[in-house]
Amino acid sequence: MPETSTKPELLPPAALARLEELARRYPTREALMLPALWMVQREHGWISTEAMQYVAKLLDVSPVRVYGVVSFYHMFHERAPGKYNIQVCQTLSCSLLGAEKLLQHLQDTLGIAHGEVCPNGRFMVQRVECLGACEHAPVCQINDDFVFDLTPAALDAKLAELP
Amino acid sequence: MTSGTKESPAVQRILSLHFDTPESERLATYTASGGYSACRRAFARPPEDVTEEVKKSGLRGRGGAGFPAGVKWGFIPKNTERPVYLCINADESEPGTFKDRYIMERDPHMLLEGILITCWAIRSHDAYIYIRGEFEDARRVLQAAIDEAYAAGHLGANPCGSGWRIDVTIHRGAGAYICGEETGLLESLEGKKGYPRIKPPFPAVVGLFQSPTIINNVETIACVPWILEHGGEAYARIGVGKSTGTKLWCISGHVARPGVYETPLGVPFRTLLEEYAGGMRHPDRPLKAVIPGGSSVPVLTASEALGVNMDYESLGQLGTMLGSAGVMVIEEGTCMVWALAVITRFYAEESCGQCTPCREGTSWVNDIMWRLERGGATPEDIALVHNLCDNMIGKTICVLADAMVMPAKSFMKKFKPEFDAHIAAGRCPLPQPVRD
Ligand SMILES: Cc1cc2nc3c(=O)[nH]c(=O)nc-3n(C[C@H](O)[C@H](O)[C@H](O)COP(=O)(O)O)c2cc1C
Ligand code: SF4
Ligand code: FES
Repeated sequence: MPETSTKPELLPPAALARLEELARRYPTREALMLPALWMVQREHGWISTEAMQYVAKLLDVSPVRVYGVVSFYHMFHERAPGKYNIQVCQTLSCSLLGAEKLLQHLQDTLGIAHGEVCPNGRFMVQRVECLGACEHAPVCQINDDFVFDLTPAALDAKLAELP
Repeated sequence: MTSGTKESPAVQRILSLHFDTPESERLATYTASGGYSACRRAFARPPEDVTEEVKKSGLRGRGGAGFPAGVKWGFIPKNTERPVYLCINADESEPGTFKDRYIMERDPHMLLEGILITCWAIRSHDAYIYIRGEFEDARRVLQAAIDEAYAAGHLGANPCGSGWRIDVTIHRGAGAYICGEETGLLESLEGKKGYPRIKPPFPAVVGLFQSPTIINNVETIACVPWILEHGGEAYARIGVGKSTGTKLWCISGHVARPGVYETPLGVPFRTLLEEYAGGMRHPDRPLKAVIPGGSSVPVLTASEALGVNMDYESLGQLGTMLGSAGVMVIEEGTCMVWALAVITRFYAEESCGQCTPCREGTSWVNDIMWRLERGGATPEDIALVHNLCDNMIGKTICVLADAMVMPAKSFMKKFKPEFDAHIAAGRCPLPQPVRD
């Protein structure tokens, strides 16, 4: 089994066991690419070069392939994101209802632009495309959680109550 | 336009019937209203019969292209040696679209039962639900429903005593619009970048893991239990002409009550707007334009929209499409150059970059749109955009390039005076901005 040749600290045994369980659902190991990368990101918050090599060994593919995949998908982080990743939708339905103002407000109050993390590591701001929740425009996601029907004031209140 | 709907009021809602029922996502709620009986009917019939029933219904794919579902299922090669796969497209990334999220969060067992029936019809043992990475809430609800269905014996080795193994696996995407394109989805599921494949071969012949594969949208498959329960002919009696059945509309933008609404196909847009979405949000800002099927389809002017019925053919006659039924409503006072710039930005961001005309064209057109809006554009830029568009359409592996060209051309044609005014003023001449 590939586990013996990889560093156990990158994914805990329980996650590795889950991955091997999942492997039974796919005819190739490469199909475990996104599930494995999600496990790494859940564990560490982002995906380092070392982690990519680790996943490559786990799936028996070349590290270049893993790197290609990580850089292709918007949701995988190649650097540590902030504790809270604020993803503001900028697509049409949200823009029609004030997404630009919201983004501007966020950048002004936090002093960071798209893709940046604030110095204390607490927040990151990302412009993202339609989140599939346009009935609640304007919308953002903080990490995996939706925040609906936003105004600058509502967003300020939301950020203030985060632990 | 004539109003040609032929539904009886009792069957106006099929998909959203239980959206507001408490604990609608639970197995017990679903079976209490007759759930998992349609799949028993299906398993009692030969698979070809089930496909035939769906053909009779006239059900068309709800992911965007509107291809008849039963006909697609019939493309699976007979007596293939290879395994057959079913992929459910839950990527829901077309701007303005949010209906599949409601199905997965509020009636996941309806989708699972549809998957059982479809797997039987196409002789598949393995279904994957490819869900966009941002839908973590929906994924959790769906996974809980799958776990319940396994525990009850509806999924697994012997669903409904059929002896036909069916496993359902959720596969989480990671943020890429292009993975909603069916072959991009297959590549992504196989663990690669979501680069669309050249067709043919079509997925029904060479799809996932080189095997015959059917890809259908969540809403398409969620219609299947009703069709097996009530018959394809009953389904075909709902709607109008070749636009059979009901449809979930995603209404967003400048309306009083944005949301998901279900009606038979063929409903007048005016009815959707006034009776369902509560009209425009500001009484003093009338309708200016409507994008009827997600941002990839041509825009309609207010007068076109107010006269059209919402079905595949009527929208087609106006040169646009029903698409994903993401209905984006735009009020008077909105700058259409700016709105188009917001749209082109999406395609420039999401082009996978495989084809030069798309990679270069989307970002070039997008740059010009923002120059028009913010300053720096020249009179030649309009002609340049047309030229770029002509060199994109039909020249790429998938239709993402066309999906930017079609709205771009329609905006520039139908709102030409606004584009000219931007050129004349050197930037957006509107008082900045109405956008909230
Ligand atoms: C760029 C692009 C993005 C697409 N995104 C989606 C999507 O998010 N969801 C979806 O169901 N279909 C999407 N489609 C359509 C699929 O390619 C495919 O036609 C559909 O999943 C087939 O299912 P259906 O016949 O049930 O509609 C997209 C197509 C293109 C070209
Ligand atoms: S048309 Fe665009 S999105 Fe589609 S395959 Fe080519 S580059 Fe990728
Ligand atoms: S446009 Fe923002 S969620 Fe769809």
